[in-house]
Amino acid sequence: MSKFMLVLCAGLVCGMPLAAPVKDPLDSSRWPDLQRQYVDDADVRFDPRVEVLAPRVAEDSMNVPVTVRLRDLPDVKRVLVIADFNPIVKVLEYEPLIAQPGLSFRLKLQQASPVRALVQTGDGRWFAGGQWVDAAGGGCTAPSAGRSAPDWTQKLNQVQTRIWRDGRNQRLRLRIQHPMDTGLAPGIPAFYIEQLAVVDEKGQPLFRLDTFEPLSENPVFSFDLPDTGDAPLRLVGRDNNGNRIDARVQP
Amino acid sequence: MSARVLLIACALLCACGVRAQAGLDYGLTPERIAEDTWVVVGRSEDITRGNGGNISNSAFIVTRDGVVVIDTGATRRYGQQLRAAIARVTPRPVIRVYNTHHHPDHFLGNQAFADAPLLALPATRAGQRDDGNAFSDNVYRMAGDWASGTEALVASQDARAGSEDVGGHRLELLALHGHTAGDLVLVDRTTGVLFAGDLVFLDRAPTTPHAHIADWLAALDRIAAVRARRIVPGHGPVHDGLRGVEQTRDWLRWLDATLRDAAERGLDMAEVMRLPMPEGLAGLPLARSEYERSVSHLYPGYEEDAFRHRAAADGQSVQQK
Repeated sequence: MSKFMLVLCAGLVCGMPLAAPVKDPLDSSRWPDLQRQYVDDADVRFDPRVEVLAPRVAEDSMNVPVTVRLRDLPDVKRVLVIADFNPIVKVLEYEPLIAQPGLSFRLKLQQASPVRALVQTGDGRWFAGGQWVDAAGGGCTAPSAGRSAPDWTQKLNQVQTRIWRDGRNQRLRLRIQHPMDTGLAPGIPAFYIEQLAVVDEKGQPLFRLDTFEPLSENPVFSFDLPDTGDAPLRLVGRDNNGNRIDARVQP
Repeated sequence: MSARVLLIACALLCACGVRAQAGLDYGLTPERIAEDTWVVVGRSEDITRGNGGNISNSAFIVTRDGVVVIDTGATRRYGQQLRAAIARVTPRPVIRVYNTHHHPDHFLGNQAFADAPLLALPATRAGQRDDGNAFSDNVYRMAGDWASGTEALVASQDARAGSEDVGGHRLELLALHGHTAGDLVLVDRTTGVLFAGDLVFLDRAPTTPHAHIADWLAALDRIAAVRARRIVPGHGPVHDGLRGVEQTRDWLRWLDATLRDAAERGLDMAEVMRLPMPEGLAGLPLARSEYERSVSHLYPGYEEDAFRHRAAADGQSVQQK
């Protein structure tokens, strides 16, 4: 009996550190739940190759700029961006396909929160990186500013684009007119862009992006792709009300 | 026994309470910078629980007819302690208070001067009305107890450009803009002192939440043209000559060129925030954090220009439904 206890104790003492989950370097109380919810409790390696660039203090809680940089991580299939303490946690899910796996965008923060990128590679493994952003908050429960303009419905889903080329790669920047309402402001239902993709002339996607309520109003994105020359590209997508986005990406 | 313990606990609590109260003393010490003219210089920091919002400069002129106050600080408590500091210098009454602009660290002490005429430019009063509550909430978030009881008291009267004699001082008001939509500059022609508000920063990185850089640069030219003997900046030390004007100008020109260039190269905001700063400016207190804030305030405008430039270059519309 006492021998059994001894073994049990030894097992507990030795075994526990092994079984304990990898410590969250951002030390967020939400992480164990988020790990369960977004990566199905898979092992996640916090890795310096997953860089999340964001200001330490959000000057504007409605527009917190974020760049996810994945310079040396090969074979990235999926990039999930989440904000732990937002009422709606998931910001976007990016499938880079032939594009580079990093991207830039802006999000709304309801309070100070870690902003994380969870990155899955072709072998199924998950990598993560992130940063705490301090914020005065309120970004998710405020109505969009554009709704007070009389012509917002006419501008809905209008797209501005610009491409920069260096011979091998191209940077594509996009701005889409959309209120991106979260549904959390009193009396204003959720109204946001859900899907975006850039496709070539045959309709083949170069990358795909699912977007969610916390993205900023009139979202601005930057993507990096191999140079596709003069082949015409289109931005296609839709919002949660079924409004289509379909714009030629000007070369 | 238990009564005695209670008594001791009580005594301890009271002692601590008194100490906590005493801890909220800004220690405002007016410095005489010219005849009849005093300045209370704030710290070159952001608002924190440590400094309680004592981060900007306030000033007062003791005229024959009474005291003219320029800016009232970031909290009601600051305003009260400023008024007490004035009373230690002179028994004369406060006859008028100017707010140079509508930022919280320059007018949230107004409550302590509610019995005096409070003057500000019309655009400043509008800003105080629109943003005042958000400002006082934010100062409370950053400074904590120092800001308790602080509410935005909007200036009661319009200040107008022009000059007048006040108790033996020839005071000239310039109605400028650029740091905000309304930036009041006060020149005392009798002493040669110019009170620049936040159009001039010295040895502290400028802030830009409501800035228009081209207008701000034009306002700096107007200030330089006054040829004042001595300048009281909104933040940083009182100085002779144009050191503050030049440093503020250098910062704004660099900021403008950097953001324009970044937008034309296609950088995104978080990338722009990481750009290196020139050595001369990087050493200013709060340089990095103010630069990051400025990117948030100003970069969307430069991005918009960059999208438009592409449209203009191609000579066609950029959008389709």
